[in-house]
Amino acid sequence: MQSSVTQPQSAAPRSGGPPPEVGPPPRRSSGRAWEWSLAALLLLPNLLLLIVFTYRPLLDNIRLSFTDWNISSPIANPVGLSNYIEWFGRDDTKIIVRNTLIFTVATVGISMAVGLGLALLLDQKLKGRNLVRSVVFAPFVISGAAIGIAFQFVFDPQFGLVRDLLARIGVASPDFYQEPGWALFMVTVTYIWKNLGYTFVIYLAALQGRRADLDEAAEIDGATAWTRFRRVLMPQLRPTTFFLSITVLLSSVQVFDIINVMTRGGPQGNGTTTLVYQVYQETFVNQRAGYGATVATIMFVILLAVTVVQVRFMDRGKQA
Amino acid sequence: MSTSTVVGTRDDEQIPSTGGQRRRRRTSHQVEASAHHRGPLWTAAGYVGMVLVVLVIAVPLFWILLTSFKERGDIYVRPAQWWPDPVTGQNYSELTTRIPFFDYVRNSVIITSATSVAKIVLGVISAYALSLLRFPGRSVVFLVVIAALMVPNQITVISNYALVAQLGWRNTFQGIIIPLAGVAFGTFLMRNQFLSLPGEIIEAARLDGAGPMKLLWRVVMPMSWPTLVAFALITVVNEWNEYLWPFLMSDDETTAPLPVGLTFLQNNDGVTNWGPVMAGTVLAMLPILVLFLFLQRQMIKGLTAGAVKS
Repeated sequence: MQSSVTQPQSAAPRSGGPPPEVGPPPRRSSGRAWEWSLAALLLLPNLLLLIVFTYRPLLDNIRLSFTDWNISSPIANPVGLSNYIEWFGRDDTKIIVRNTLIFTVATVGISMAVGLGLALLLDQKLKGRNLVRSVVFAPFVISGAAIGIAFQFVFDPQFGLVRDLLARIGVASPDFYQEPGWALFMVTVTYIWKNLGYTFVIYLAALQGRRADLDEAAEIDGATAWTRFRRVLMPQLRPTTFFLSITVLLSSVQVFDIINVMTRGGPQGNGTTTLVYQVYQETFVNQRAGYGATVATIMFVILLAVTVVQVRFMDRGKQA
Repeated sequence: MSTSTVVGTRDDEQIPSTGGQRRRRRTSHQVEASAHHRGPLWTAAGYVGMVLVVLVIAVPLFWILLTSFKERGDIYVRPAQWWPDPVTGQNYSELTTRIPFFDYVRNSVIITSATSVAKIVLGVISAYALSLLRFPGRSVVFLVVIAALMVPNQITVISNYALVAQLGWRNTFQGIIIPLAGVAFGTFLMRNQFLSLPGEIIEAARLDGAGPMKLLWRVVMPMSWPTLVAFALITVVNEWNEYLWPFLMSDDETTAPLPVGLTFLQNNDGVTNWGPVMAGTVLAMLPILVLFLFLQRQMIKGLTAGAVKS
């Protein structure tokens, strides 16, 4: 970083600098071949990395899902569809899909709604709003693992912050460590707490780029605050809402760090296990990489389908 | 606004000047949100809301910080004792003796800086080729690059783990860094930036006989520093916080970065000894929060610039 930062200075004298030289006439044919090979040279390292470490494993994952591979052995025997049949038939699948759904719907819904609410609040001319904006955004930049560990203590049913606050109003703390429902609640709240700043800043940026004159016109026409919100503001925020619904969904479905440090998928075996956590557990803990790859493939197909539906929905909304 | 306009962050009161290198985006109709004709009740409600938000975010962090300075007896007590009495640094010294804390810090610095440098360089040169060089199949290549954004890491780890293990790279820095070095988001961000530059200036430089590399370093980059800084900050934060891949690759303090090292601390305790653990999380959070304190505007710019109106 440091060395490249000096660049603008060296470029500075450009304006007053060397006398304008008349360039050579463009050498079209040889110039073009040169441009092509330069482009290839510049793009190749990145493309190679993406192909080897993103696209290759994506396809390899599908192949592995039809095997009984155990991650360490060199041999992977083909087993046909049996991993898929097993997944659809297993009892824990229902619980894990349910956990994933609850976690995802809650995190996406709440962080988008509250993020928008906070953006609306902190777009008002209130004293100290810049400080509050920073405070809301800060948790987003902290490591999820560190937050997970810290919040494990915050939710400690015996000596934690939540227990203490509840005790002050005379409520006994739920057992966040042992009861699956409360454990899922704990990781969901922790995730929202950490990631709220993201939806907030994106919505705030969108609010700041909106056309205030439309809102004023509606107000002069006698529209109520609620109508203006629904009919004037929300349509303008539609592209942002769409963008967020996809990015927030993708990142919440992928959560690993918080679950791994807080609950390891437990309590009671799979109380907070989501699909991503199941991929990890089956592959690296139970050494059933073939089955893990099956879960990963199913998850990818679901994500792809959901994204396609979201894009469709967006397109239809545009025409309407 | 035209297509593919970046959602602008309005330049607000606390903004450091960006040296006039970049046009401020202001649409003609931007007016301060209409708080002025709301009643005092609304304003009061607004302040109550702000206080609540600050409490919800700050109290847990404050609690963690206080705990890290408490003696053991003050942590395991009911009702909770909020203020450490006496204030002690023993959790911090215990942290550094119980786990090789500074090894984890060193590993984090190595992994973060190497991965970030690789990503920034690759992002800039890929974006340059995809925006200002002309070659057949350019849009296809661009699609291949950004479609990678849709592939979750968690799906690729199984096969990547096998590949890296085969290469004998488990528990090595190259095994952690190289698979993380491909860059899709940054390429996208920088390409948008390069495409937003005025075409006349690029053309003029070309007519002046500037070769492609000179064009990049002398013309394109000097006009793109704010975006590059935003991209660099987002990358550094992401790499510092990266967890899953190093967690799978590292076995011990020779390569494990800080977030993974903290997990080892957690594992060492049958019953968690919260004092040193909280000291560890405080130290893990601190560098990024300090960076954030000074450079939050640029960081936010990088994030919001990713939210593109189509």
